[in-house]
Amino acid sequence: METAGHINIDGRDVPFTDEKNLLEVIRKANIDIPTFCYVSELSVYGACRMCTVEIEGRGLITSCSTPPENGLKVRTNTDPVRQIRKIALELILANHESECPTCTKNTSCKLQDLSKRLGVTKVRFRSVKKPVPVDDSAAIVRNPNKCILCGDCVRMCSEVQGIGAIDFAYRGHDVVVQPAYGKSLEEVQCVNCGQCARVCPTGALTPRPEVDDVWRSLNDKTKTVIVQIAPAVRVALGESFGYGAGELTTGQIVAALKMMGFKKVFDTCFAADLTILEEGNEFIDRVKTGGTVPMFTSCCPAWVKYVEHHHPEMLGNLSTCRSPQQMFGSVAKNVFAPEWGVKTEDLVVVSIMPCTAKKFEAKRPEFQDNGIKDIDHVITTQELAQMINEHGILFRNLRPEALDMPMGFKTGAGVIFGNTGGVMEAALRYVYEKVEGKTLENCDFHEVRGEAGIRTAEVVLAGKTFKLAVVHSLANAKILVEKIRNRQCDYHFIEVMACPGGCINGAGQPVSFQPDYKKRRTDGLYEADKMLQLHKSQDNPYIKELYERKLGGPGSEHAHHLLHTRYSSRRRMKGRSMVIVDGNRKDKIEIRVCVGTSCYLRGAQDLLHHLARYIADKGLQEKVQVKATFCFEKCDKGPTIKVGGTVITHCDFAKATAAIDKAVGALTVEA
Amino acid sequence: MPTLMLRKFEKVCAIIDKHGNDAARLIPILQEIQEEYRYLPEEVMTFVAMSLGLSPAKVFGVASFYAHFALEPKGKYVIRLCDGTACHVKSSEGILNALYKRLGLSAKVPTTKDMLFTVETVSCLGACGLAPVMVVNDKVYGQISPEKAVALVEDIVKKEDGPNV
Amino acid sequence: MCELRDAAEIVFKGRAGLRKVVICTGTGCIANGAMDVYAQFIREMTTAGFNIVEMFRGLDKVTDPLKSIYLSKSGCQGFCQMGPLVKILPEDILYNLVRPGDVREIVEKTLGSGAIIERLLYVNPVNKERCRSQKEIPFYQRQSRFVLKQCGELNPEDIQEYMAIGGYEAAKKCFIRMTPDAICKDMIDSGLRGRGGGGFPTGRKWEVTRIQADPKKYVICNGDEGDPGAFMDRSVMEGNPHSVIEGMMIAARAIGADEGYVYVRAEYPLAVKRIRMACADALKEGILGDSVFGTGQKLHIHVMEGAGAFVCGEETALMASIEGKRGMPSPKPPFPAQSGLWGKPTVINNVETLATVPLIMGMGIANFRAIGTRTSPGTKTFALSGHVANTGLIEVPFGLTLQEIIFDVGGGITDKKGRIDPEGFKAVQIGGPSGGCLTKEHFDLALDFDSLKSIGAMVGSGGLVAMNRSTCMVNIAKYFMQFTQKESCGKCVLCREGTKQLLFLLEDIVEGRATLETLDVLQELAGAVQKGSLCGLGKTAPNPVLSTLKYFREEYMAHVVDKCCPTGECKALAKPEILADKCKGCTACVKKCPVGAITGEVKKAHTINRALCVKCGVCAAVCKFDAIVGV
Repeated sequence: METAGHINIDGRDVPFTDEKNLLEVIRKANIDIPTFCYVSELSVYGACRMCTVEIEGRGLITSCSTPPENGLKVRTNTDPVRQIRKIALELILANHESECPTCTKNTSCKLQDLSKRLGVTKVRFRSVKKPVPVDDSAAIVRNPNKCILCGDCVRMCSEVQGIGAIDFAYRGHDVVVQPAYGKSLEEVQCVNCGQCARVCPTGALTPRPEVDDVWRSLNDKTKTVIVQIAPAVRVALGESFGYGAGELTTGQIVAALKMMGFKKVFDTCFAADLTILEEGNEFIDRVKTGGTVPMFTSCCPAWVKYVEHHHPEMLGNLSTCRSPQQMFGSVAKNVFAPEWGVKTEDLVVVSIMPCTAKKFEAKRPEFQDNGIKDIDHVITTQELAQMINEHGILFRNLRPEALDMPMGFKTGAGVIFGNTGGVMEAALRYVYEKVEGKTLENCDFHEVRGEAGIRTAEVVLAGKTFKLAVVHSLANAKILVEKIRNRQCDYHFIEVMACPGGCINGAGQPVSFQPDYKKRRTDGLYEADKMLQLHKSQDNPYIKELYERKLGGPGSEHAHHLLHTRYSSRRRMKGRSMVIVDGNRKDKIEIRVCVGTSCYLRGAQDLLHHLARYIADKGLQEKVQVKATFCFEKCDKGPTIKVGGTVITHCDFAKATAAIDKAVGALTVEA
Repeated sequence: MPTLMLRKFEKVCAIIDKHGNDAARLIPILQEIQEEYRYLPEEVMTFVAMSLGLSPAKVFGVASFYAHFALEPKGKYVIRLCDGTACHVKSSEGILNALYKRLGLSAKVPTTKDMLFTVETVSCLGACGLAPVMVVNDKVYGQISPEKAVALVEDIVKKEDGPNV
Repeated sequence: MCELRDAAEIVFKGRAGLRKVVICTGTGCIANGAMDVYAQFIREMTTAGFNIVEMFRGLDKVTDPLKSIYLSKSGCQGFCQMGPLVKILPEDILYNLVRPGDVREIVEKTLGSGAIIERLLYVNPVNKERCRSQKEIPFYQRQSRFVLKQCGELNPEDIQEYMAIGGYEAAKKCFIRMTPDAICKDMIDSGLRGRGGGGFPTGRKWEVTRIQADPKKYVICNGDEGDPGAFMDRSVMEGNPHSVIEGMMIAARAIGADEGYVYVRAEYPLAVKRIRMACADALKEGILGDSVFGTGQKLHIHVMEGAGAFVCGEETALMASIEGKRGMPSPKPPFPAQSGLWGKPTVINNVETLATVPLIMGMGIANFRAIGTRTSPGTKTFALSGHVANTGLIEVPFGLTLQEIIFDVGGGITDKKGRIDPEGFKAVQIGGPSGGCLTKEHFDLALDFDSLKSIGAMVGSGGLVAMNRSTCMVNIAKYFMQFTQKESCGKCVLCREGTKQLLFLLEDIVEGRATLETLDVLQELAGAVQKGSLCGLGKTAPNPVLSTLKYFREEYMAHVVDKCCPTGECKALAKPEILADKCKGCTACVKKCPVGAITGEVKKAHTINRALCVKCGVCAAVCKFDAIVGV
């Protein structure tokens, strides 16, 4: 790239090109300017003041918010700059629950790191921390006592994920980051993607730890504990032990897990291969039978929950396939446990995932049978590193060991599930051969690879053109969904991953400050694909055997029972509904009108308005209670209303009034 | 009363419609809704969020940022005591304490149990020439003293009790 | 019939035969009952058989001037503590503290026979003489009412009146006969500086916005005057809303904006109402709208009511608020001129600045530059309050000294009980919570943007609070810190946490817990907040602390080292004492003391038992002989 000018930084001329701001140029000059609230993928916020520098002629200025300009003279470490940084740190520490040794973020906390780096050894200010309760959800722990209000999580949730489950509330010293009305994360539309936790510089947002549960299972003599390793884990765990991003450490991971006492160590990639066969067939079937397209992938539990909350009308577009994690659990407990002679209740399945949403997914009621979960515990890559450290295993000294069979065997298609575009590519490798009926020689589909947020491609299969899209980060998914709803595009198959870059950048991965870590991890997975013998899921011999011996063909009834699932819409917000008419009679008829997004769009508000008028005109006020509620989970059929116990979908004024008249007519004459 | 709630709901819909479901109009929308309800009920904010395509957390973030939005119901009479510089140097604090004492309130409990009075301070009402100043609902009272303030409260109490006596 | 060329004369001076009665309906006078007085005038004048004309247009229909009265409401005339004010033209009589009960007499005597009612005239407290007209009142004599002139004379709800005196002519000239760059050049040459705080040259701000390539631009009037103790902008918006609109129009023309916002503080309902009305009237007249003055150029102005956040006075926060967000400032650059409202180039000016613009265009640059000082031409309005005899809204040319303002305009310093105290002056807080203190050593300082900046204070929004010698400066610093701390938006660390800690440190000082190290930390932290905060409000928040530390360090030392508050204001440190030579032994204090801490016999000096005393100060308040000190 052409140089746009030079900036003098601490006496040395540094060329700049298209850097967004001075901070990036300074970093290029090998000076790691401290900051809490600058995250390159988010908008500039300018609140922490740590990146303050001195510019000749302009004075003290934050480098994150200053555009590079030719000829600037910048000093990054003058006395006034140091004073501001230190005082800012002292001020933050005076309002922070500084219990570092017991904090999950201990040693990976930016606040701790900068305090040390900047030599803050004493806080001269009074502690102003007032303890507030910790919000412990299925996937994420939110501890406001450790929040420094940098807002990284807030911007991540709204800008990158397009959700806005958390935001700032109140003002001044009372400011907090919280879900609406101070509710817990579980009560709102949080999808558990954990990207907030990924960018949180302190321990205010962290993945919910499950390490102790895993140790307990391992130490329970009555249990057989097996484990699966997700694709993205193998290219990131090493970072916790001094390896570079993208370096494969699968063998050492297996060795470490064996040392800890896991009976068998398997690979989620095996289940990914299985997913491809199920999902590929589902796609072919949908196209053949005129089913709902575009079909969305369903491997990403954050994406699935997002659709359930925000686009319930599109639930039919989601592939019914369970995610690889859940397919693994289902097959392990239902198919292999009997073969191993282990009672289902004694088999403990642990997942090692790059992801926080997987923790939530494992707890979904659909994936439990009589209280026995298909997946018992989900730990993140970070937690695995912690377990290795806790056990005292010297990871770098381990000799690689092999995964167990059969579920340790995978093809390259299963491995690339861990990065954006990978599921699509794996699916294409299968669908091509299945539809065309001939062998695919070169199985790299470069058109779906890459880093762009929304990528599209077309493939011709059996003479028909199929339009494909690959999207990562939910804000991008939102854009695409809007287009589909407005019929501005006609895709057939869409891969969605909630995390930017895909699972390799999941919230459970080690925190990395290396600028190109995403690319390195992705490259690591493609490399792993290359190194494997097989690249197409359908070539996995153990999958073939599984189908032949146990499941019947892909899409068979038994396969469907074990490997597919159903979805239901979710309310975005737990809370009261709006009472619009409230009669005094004890036996009043309850009328609930859904004003959730999709019903709202279908005219629920008008309907409600007319109904309310109708009730007033007919003098029925005392006999009914009318409420506007959010979501009956029938979003594809809205507007929906409920009169007494009857749900009426596709409701219009005539249908509604008829039902109301009937219900009211049945009321006994009041004594 | 059923009709009252219906009227309020319709008003909310009308307000949102009037502003064209435009998220940029959030503040005026909330202001107008507060005129109806005298505070911002949670479920109404959620409804507004839904209608404007905003997240409820964002709407709550805005509502809780501005001092004029009430997240709890206020009393029938809102007494706002100015604590601007001019009023402050003329001892507005004594008036506040007198009101708190008479009504059994504090900064943490600003509204009486019978929902008749809410006492709050404001930074400046811009009537510094008349300091200290107090506003009851929309009426401004200048050069107030602790005694005058309490007397005003007594008058209101008497008026409110009137028909029952 | 009324000739239009006489219009200005009728509005400002009244006309022989056709009397004009102007009732001040600024917020102050309304609070004092001006609307009741107005209603009473209607009743009494009707009874007396006068034909009442309430709007300028109605003057056309006047057939019998002698039996007609032009009854008009005006905006704030400034002398709020003496309201309601009633002015009668052409005699130019000013009645003050008028009650509805006085109205019949005014109608019968003054309007009927031209007689003056002596008891309703203002009494000069110095020489006890009665002042017949505004001109004779010392409060007004040293002022140059320029921006505020029309406030006290025009009916803010009558666009016809504003137009009749030449209103909107300047805007018309700009739209029809001047190019945007010529307007910007004039503004630069006029030397007009922003009245909202820092004093940035208005013309330069416009010019930078004008040259932006984006075809969509905005003009914003910042009416979010939030400094406690300041109400100039309120008075202008309430008293002369059209001048603000006209200023905005000129700004819009200069930069090429077709849309504007007036952002008014929610605490100012009357200002909101009048600005809204002014916009609607201007739209009806074709002054605003799709074709301004028929030129085909568009300009629409919206009025947005704030929702109670001081920080929205900061321009980036204000824009966030217009966009429907939390009013949190964002870092500059980008400046609003480059990327403002919805990312478009935007000019934001304060109310007073905009109201000055049409006056400059009307009077010419040279005439404007003749007022004030070289670097700060023009006048400045101040809200004068605190311990001065005359409180209210004043306007003086830049360059007047502090002494002239406090003693000539303000009438001198008053003591705790409201009596003039010639030796009572201690300090003046200028510019509200962002400003600093001026002391006796600044008596001769000619006040303008630069002189104030040079001594660490600022014009700010123009609050001017006088403080007498019974005021504790540490306590005042604490008060301002309490304010900014409460109003901090909470975004940047230094302001959110820093102001809180500054407040704690000040509390430690006034409550006797501080050591000398506290003072060092206070100074260092205040400096860091000043240098490092994100927005202007944060950067100026420590000013009251730094300025009191500078000028009243001995008072801080007394609190810290001697554990004593010299004024007795800080209750925790109070050491109440009865001066034996002043005490007459009247026992008033003994009776009032709630804890029985005072003992003494009748007609003999009393004593206070400090161990029992709760420092409530009741004794000092009831003592007629000023014998009780230190509490």
